[in-house]
Amino acid sequence: MQKTPLYENHLRLGAKIVDFSGWAMPVQYTNVIDEHQATRGQAGLFDICHMGEFEVRGPRAFDLLQHVMSRDLSKQAVGQIKLSVMTNERGGILDDVTVYRLQETSYMVVTNAGTREKDLAWIRKQREAGGFSDVAIEDISDRTGKLDLQGPRSREILQPLVPADLASLPYFFAFRTAVAGVSAIVSRSGYTGEDGFEIYAAADRIFALWDSLLAAGGPFGMKPVGLGARDTLRLEAGMMLYGHELNETITPLEVVYGWVTDLEKDFIGAPALRRQKESGVQRKLVGFEMTERGIARAGYKVLAGDRAIGEVTSGSFAPTLGKAIGMAFVPPSLAAPGTAIDILIRSNRVRANVVKLPFYRRGK
Amino acid sequence: MAKENPTDRKYSKDHEWAKDNEDATATVGITDHAQEMLTDIVFVELPAPGRKVKQGEPMAVVESVKSVSDVYAPISGEIIAVNKKLEEQPDLINQDAFGEGWIAKVKVDNPAEFGNLMDAAAYGAVAAAERH
Repeated sequence: MQKTPLYENHLRLGAKIVDFSGWAMPVQYTNVIDEHQATRGQAGLFDICHMGEFEVRGPRAFDLLQHVMSRDLSKQAVGQIKLSVMTNERGGILDDVTVYRLQETSYMVVTNAGTREKDLAWIRKQREAGGFSDVAIEDISDRTGKLDLQGPRSREILQPLVPADLASLPYFFAFRTAVAGVSAIVSRSGYTGEDGFEIYAAADRIFALWDSLLAAGGPFGMKPVGLGARDTLRLEAGMMLYGHELNETITPLEVVYGWVTDLEKDFIGAPALRRQKESGVQRKLVGFEMTERGIARAGYKVLAGDRAIGEVTSGSFAPTLGKAIGMAFVPPSLAAPGTAIDILIRSNRVRANVVKLPFYRRGK
Repeated sequence: MAKENPTDRKYSKDHEWAKDNEDATATVGITDHAQEMLTDIVFVELPAPGRKVKQGEPMAVVESVKSVSDVYAPISGEIIAVNKKLEEQPDLINQDAFGEGWIAKVKVDNPAEFGNLMDAAAYGAVAAAERH
């Protein structure tokens, strides 16, 4: 298994380590519920060094990205981040990524850990096939560390460590600065449904950053948070996870990524997706909450009569909501909020209700 | 640190305990080491009273936020009572695995099966080995 630079730090903090996409990652330091509640109530610090980062540079970097990304990037300002998917020719999702426009002709693409190599090969292949050979693509993942600071106290914790005013950094914007003296890219973004920041810095300086942030956050009740709570936080916030809600056989129109799919522009997969939009999807990703006792987990079947008509993609007890929730694919006829569905939990048929996503939205 | 394993009961390698009530019944549950490994227990699926269970076969399910784990019957017999409190307070197992967090009472088929289980000291060594 691969290890992030912070692996030893996690062991020292008593973390339980699991294999996540080939990476030895902390799943929890104390327990999932405590870490989840700390992030919702105060703040959480996450080691996200396993994720992939590519630099895409050159006068035609925009054209290449516009060709491979579902999102229309033509109005992306310098400093702005856009969430997007990359689709294959059939419209299947290769990955969901964030695209940072760092300078006029310089971008950073942030990928999932398990899809990094596939994504790199795909973008390079499209560069050759599309005649964008003058665009430089560099995988900077190994020398780039990433920490997420998430939660309502994040700004207060981070502000004393950076020279710039964080209040003026809008949501889904990034800037280059120093954090505790370490050169970094800081964006106001995240994967928890809370206010927060994603911080990118040189992998060999990430120890210093981790320690500075732990020290700064301690008095605010901030905790280091593992992948267990990262998963429950993103699920409550209605955010999808590659390998669960997303894969190459699933299109953005079937999940909650219609809004990042701009069919008015041309990109790889657009013709297939236009056809699917016209004919209608055969399945739809929905949120559900259990109305009877039980927790539906990924892979459990959704039933109509005795027939499996869908499948749970993620399911968990939701610590903030105090009930069991999940996401599942169902036929479009069962996708309306309020629809009752049955889920097979072991040998029991258990009732759930389709609900509107997200499950949780932070107070203003 | 896990609590001491009480010496008034026997243990399975799968981290269940069975306490001989000396009236042909046994109370069963999971060990403190098991709850510590599972951490925050958020759901317990109890067996139906009247069900026959066999030593070493699944009897109940405990779920933490992230995991689903079978509980194996440490002793064969008929379920005669279940701890209904766990439906509302599954974390009783986290708080008191050897007491308030009991799972079921079993009418024991064959007391000789206690002989297949470990005493507290032997189980303690198994649990300690797992922690390292």
